[in-house]
Formats: sequence, C-alpha cells, structure tokens
Amino acid sequence: MIRLLLWLLGGLLLGGIVHLATVLLLPKLATQDAYARVSDMAPINAVTPVPPPTPEKAIMPFMDPAFATAVCRYDLSRGPMKFSVPVSPAYTSVSFYTRSDVAYYAINDRAAGRRVIELDLMTTAQREELPTNEEITAADRLIVASPTTTGLIVIKAFAPEPGLMAAARSALTAAQCRPQ
Amino acid sequence: MRLLLGSLFAFAIAAAIGLGLTWMALTHGTAYGGVTIGAWTAWPKNGTPGIDPYARAIVARSGELPIGSGDGVAFYARTDDSGAPLDGRCDVALAGITPQARFWTLTLYDPEGRLVANSVQRQGFTSQEVLRKSDGSFEITISPRARPGNWLPTGGVERYLLILRLYDTPVGVATRTGKDAPMPAVARRSCP
Repeated sequence: MIRLLLWLLGGLLLGGIVHLATVLLLPKLATQDAYARVSDMAPINAVTPVPPPTPEKAIMPFMDPAFATAVCRYDLSRGPMKFSVPVSPAYTSVSFYTRSDVAYYAINDRAAGRRVIELDLMTTAQREELPTNEEITAADRLIVASPTTTGLIVIKAFAPEPGLMAAARSALTAAQCRPQ
Repeated sequence: MRLLLGSLFAFAIAAAIGLGLTWMALTHGTAYGGVTIGAWTAWPKNGTPGIDPYARAIVARSGELPIGSGDGVAFYARTDDSGAPLDGRCDVALAGITPQARFWTLTLYDPEGRLVANSVQRQGFTSQEVLRKSDGSFEITISPRARPGNWLPTGGVERYLLILRLYDTPVGVATRTGKDAPMPAVARRSCP
C-alpha cells in the first residue's frame, strides 16, 4: 500500500514537471503562431500589407478591423536594419515582436514626436558593438535592440471610420524596412 | 515486475496530470496577472517582455499578437456584469464612459477570435463613430436585430466576446481598479 502511494506521489511530481515543460516548450513548438502565419505571405526584410480581417478570412485571430496593418518580417543576421514610416493623419503605431511573438517594444506617432517614425533595429550584440562616443545616440536616431535575430515589426494606421481606411492604408505603403 | 508496473503506473499518472493541467490552463484562460474592472479584464503585462509563460503558450496556440504596451491595452468581456455569458440572441446594453485614452475601438468577435458576419458589415465602433449623449457618455445596443442609436449587430451567434482597446493610454500595468479606469457597464436587457 505504501509502495503504491509512493508511486502515486512520484507520478504526481512527474506530472507537475510534464505540465511545466509543455507550457514552456509550447511557444517554441507552435506551428500556427502569429509569426508562422505571417511567414506564408511576408518576405524577409520588406514591408507587406496585411489584408484586412473579414468574417471569412483573417491572417490572425483578434485583429482590430479599425486599423490598416502591415508587417515586416526581419532577419538581422546580416546586420542592422533601418525602418521608417510616415505618420498617418489619425494614429500610427509600430510594434516589435520577437520570433516567439513577445511584444518587446512599441511606439506611436505621438511618442515619436515627428512626421516620420524613423528607427534603427539591431540585435543586442550589434548594439553593443556600436561606438559609444559618437553622436549616434543623440535624440535624432532611435535605436531598438531586438532580443532575437528574427522577428516581426507590425505597423498599424488607424481609420477612425470606414471611409478613412483608404487613407490609412496608403500611409502604410510608404513604410520602409531594409538592411543598412 | 513490480518495478515495471509501478513505474508504468507513475508515468500514466504523470502524463494524465501534466497534459491535463496544460490543456486546462490553455483552454480555460488563466486570469494570471489580469486587471478586472466590472465585466472587463485586461492583461497589460502581455504586451511587454514580462509576459508570463502561460500567456505565451496561449498566444502561441491561438496565433494572435498581443497588443504592445506602447501602443495600447485590450480589455476583454466574455460575460455581462452579472457574470452571464454574452449571448448573441439577446439584447445587451453597453453604457457609460471609458478610461482616458487618445481613442478606443470596440470589436465583437466569436470565441475563436473571428469577426462575425452581419447584414450591415459592422463589427465594432471607434470612439469617433459612436453617438454620444450631451454629457459625453454613450450607450451601444448589442443585438441580433436592428436598433436605433448605436447598434452593434451580433449576427445571432450563440457566444461572442467584446474587446475594448484603448490606444495611447495611461491605463496599463499600474492600473488596479475602476477608479483609475472607469469601464462601461455591460447589462443584459432582454432575451427571447
């Protein structure tokens, strides 16, 4: 009897480990996560508009239909990238996600404080290699350090009403995402 | 023989408990670190690198992208204020004011996160579109049939959820109560 209880206890402990391991591994093993969904349509290091979500079809679940969206799937293995997007009349935001869909940085037009959101994207290691005493760290150059070599930039422009969607979409066509 | 039976028993328990717990945690949505105000719950930490492992697993499985904290915050409502699940065959009134933000959007989704088809192709409201009363408050009627004023059609689906997204807002990780963030009330009016 005691032996059985010990086996039971052992099983429960092992079950806890199995639970934690599966939760921690799932983001790495998921094949239908947002990055994988976007990969099918978006080439590397280029801005690609995302079709607006409809009841029949949407690239990702829970997309906000009041926004025009574009993505840039980046790969920093060959060096840093430059990103820029002119702000739309209503609201523009740029969000950065790691390869495993963690939002590590987001900025909007007001925080950027100018007509064009412009920034340099590099890995943490590339950031450290930058000379520190140059004026590049001055306010005119915003540097974003990516925790992973690959990831996603999501650019969103707000359409306050459906009639303004075309304007929001055209603001995103000028977005650029290219290697330095 | 005993050792073999014993370890088989232990492994069976481990697999059942471990996978069962994972499945439960991912499908029944753990309210880990959420901010609940009335019927609404937000997980502001999910838009930061501090996102917890359970939320990461849920995000990876559903395929959504959490809204970045520098962009905004999303409040989810799956029930009305009394705790009853939102039913697309009923009339539900969403009334009141929203927290401080540059603007907001309200969107209706089915439980899988798809937009719901309806005859007028309206899936939500933005703060610019909604008709307000003279005091700035608003009321949106969520109903399968056309209603005067702000009408958000449900398409008659059995279950739906609402997401109120606040953009460029001070509401976030530090928000705790409805005093910091007054959310609109969600009340069921009538049900066939």
